Amino acid sequence: MATFNIIQALNDAHKIAMRADEDVVVFGEDIGYFGGVFRVTEGLQREFGKTRVFDAPISEGGIVAAAVGMAAYGLKPVIEIQFADYIYPGYDQIVGEVAKIRYRTAGEWTMPMVIRTPYGGGIFGGQTHSQSPESLFTHIAGLKVVIPSTPYDAKGLLIAAIEDPDPVIFFEPKRIYNGPFDGHHDKPVKPWSKHPASEVPEGHYTVPIGKAAVVREGPDLTILTYGTMVHVALAAVEEQGLDAEVIDLRTLVPLDLETIEESVKKTGRCLVVHEAPRTSGFGAELVALVQERCFYHLEAPVERVTGWDTPYPHAYEWAYFPGPKRMKKALEKVTAD
Amino acid sequence: MSDKDPDLRRNAPKLELHVPEPAFRPGDTPDFSSLTIPGAGEAPRPDTSAPAADTHSLTTALVRVLGDDDRAVGAWDPKLDPDTLRKMLRDMVTVRVFDDRMYRAQRQGKTSFYMKCTGEEAIAVAAAAALTQDDMHFPTYRQQGLLIARGYPLTEMMCQIYSNKGDKLRGRQLPIMYSDKRHGFFSISGNLGTQFPQAVGWAMASAIKGDSRIAMGWIGDGATAEGDFHAGMTFAAVYNAPVILATVNNQWAISSFSGIAGAERATFAQRAVGYGIAGLRVDGNDALAVYAAVKWAAERARSNGGPTLIEFFTYRAEGHSTSDDPSGYRPASEAKAWPLGDPIERLKSHLVALGEWGEERHASMTAECDSAVRDAQKQAEKLGILPEQGKDDIGSMFEDVYADVPWHLAEQRDQAVSEGGE
Repeated sequence: MATFNIIQALNDAHKIAMRADEDVVVFGEDIGYFGGVFRVTEGLQREFGKTRVFDAPISEGGIVAAAVGMAAYGLKPVIEIQFADYIYPGYDQIVGEVAKIRYRTAGEWTMPMVIRTPYGGGIFGGQTHSQSPESLFTHIAGLKVVIPSTPYDAKGLLIAAIEDPDPVIFFEPKRIYNGPFDGHHDKPVKPWSKHPASEVPEGHYTVPIGKAAVVREGPDLTILTYGTMVHVALAAVEEQGLDAEVIDLRTLVPLDLETIEESVKKTGRCLVVHEAPRTSGFGAELVALVQERCFYHLEAPVERVTGWDTPYPHAYEWAYFPGPKRMKKALEKVTAD
Repeated sequence: MSDKDPDLRRNAPKLELHVPEPAFRPGDTPDFSSLTIPGAGEAPRPDTSAPAADTHSLTTALVRVLGDDDRAVGAWDPKLDPDTLRKMLRDMVTVRVFDDRMYRAQRQGKTSFYMKCTGEEAIAVAAAAALTQDDMHFPTYRQQGLLIARGYPLTEMMCQIYSNKGDKLRGRQLPIMYSDKRHGFFSISGNLGTQFPQAVGWAMASAIKGDSRIAMGWIGDGATAEGDFHAGMTFAAVYNAPVILATVNNQWAISSFSGIAGAERATFAQRAVGYGIAGLRVDGNDALAVYAAVKWAAERARSNGGPTLIEFFTYRAEGHSTSDDPSGYRPASEAKAWPLGDPIERLKSHLVALGEWGEERHASMTAECDSAVRDAQKQAEKLGILPEQGKDDIGSMFEDVYADVPWHLAEQRDQAVSEGGE
């Protein structure tokens, strides 16, 4: 066992996958010699050489396109888009190509690749360093969408993503790279070393893609969330003295509906929490599914706590971010008789 | 507008927006006499290991081998044996016959869509001849000649066009969006330009693995305006990728003439200069010049000399697709007036001039190609035409989205199947 933060866990996952499979190549902006702006790829170029780990021009479209060509050749590219906010120039390649090539060639060509990208707010990142664009990818047939919330899951899910035969968009909540964040921005940040999920096995293991984690069991209500908001939700239910069930979805597509359905049928109440804006966000899909599958078990309308339908503002960081105050209101509403 | 300060702007000249216009519109008589066409054999041929800068003059010239007297001349003459020339001629004729029959099949309602490459047959056919079978092409929708020249069965091509039971793409793709790994033909996408930087990625992979295969990426003149063109050129240059990047300049992007893509100011081959890539501008209707240029670029790539951008200068002799009527934007007689002629006629005349071909042999070869295409069509139509498709195996629509069918697709599949498809 080692004690890792999310960055170290992801770094270790790269090493393990790259040692196991010579076809894994890693590239992106600043990820080579320098080791990445968040240090996730530190030391990889030293160990695996420049032909397997290298810097790329500032061209997200070019990075994804090159990965498509490499996957067509038979490699397994693991590429980094420096911030999820900058993934859009690569969107045509991701949506039009990566997602559809297995389908349009009836399996003749496949796209086993991982697109890693730091996402989410809570860091005074303003408009273009805080976005949560996951619903732009969950809407695209052919993509898997994964979001870890702990070092243990980060490593196991990244190894699973690299080994997966399908393309995976791997969103990394950068707010919790170094420590879990409960939304109380006025208090000191806790490091991961004090959290049990920072205990990470050495060597190879996977966390299955498509499987949610019940991170807190309870009969009062079900909270469906992922990424940084897992920790905010956990803190909020403790602070309110609720015995809630908190589900970390971990994978948005394919979604672990079974775990969700079982929980909501038990609790009869459901709150969906994400940082991304509300309208057409992934929460809308979750609410729709819960309504379809659990309608006769529901004792209250399904609520959502999300980012507002605005661009992510700078000075209004804590009025935008769905923190403890907004969580409290939503929890009161969804548990009211 | 309203924030303009009249005091500051009083003496400033009026700015004018330039919107390029083609020289000829419907009703005009096309006249290309002002177009400079260098003579065959004029362009020098640098060594394949020459620095990219040594090719810069070739980005405004025109590599031509076949002269007006139908003889091959100059340093670029690939000196091909008559059998190779006859094979290229046969492939080009097959492409044209195939195009004509499939165009007609669309008009007969047997399929929804088709795109011809009339006038551009030499480019794909000669490029295929100049590369090795296991080099990978990343084509657009107008390089059907690659498949035909590489021996991909005509029936399989047609089955794809008909989306029928023989269609290996299982009826999922628009007609002509072929894919065949075995023949080194990457899956065609409707999104323009995407495959251009993908070819660079494939070539990078080949270099990463220490392989000896190279890639060839294709794009039209219109799609060079896409960001993917720039990405492809940048990545090719940065990583010295073993790739040939081909721009087929057929003068038209649907209804937009090449000036709308930037051709008024520079040739497409000249784009190579700014990226530090070797560049060649080639007579696309001259099969020998196409062959020689691709061979040159291939040798360069194979010896780690890096990428080459080739502009094939040609003319799209027919409509953009079966959904297009070019008489709405250009003179009907423009293709005939185009000074580089017809690629099939030119190669044929060359073989005749060599004493290796004749009218009779040409007629009987054309008849053979015609009957091969007809036979293939009969075989393909036995497996169905589009109007009969799409009901047999609705469940298959949900396969290959992912390696395995996830629960939500399984549910939707069951629903679609139980609803019977309408």
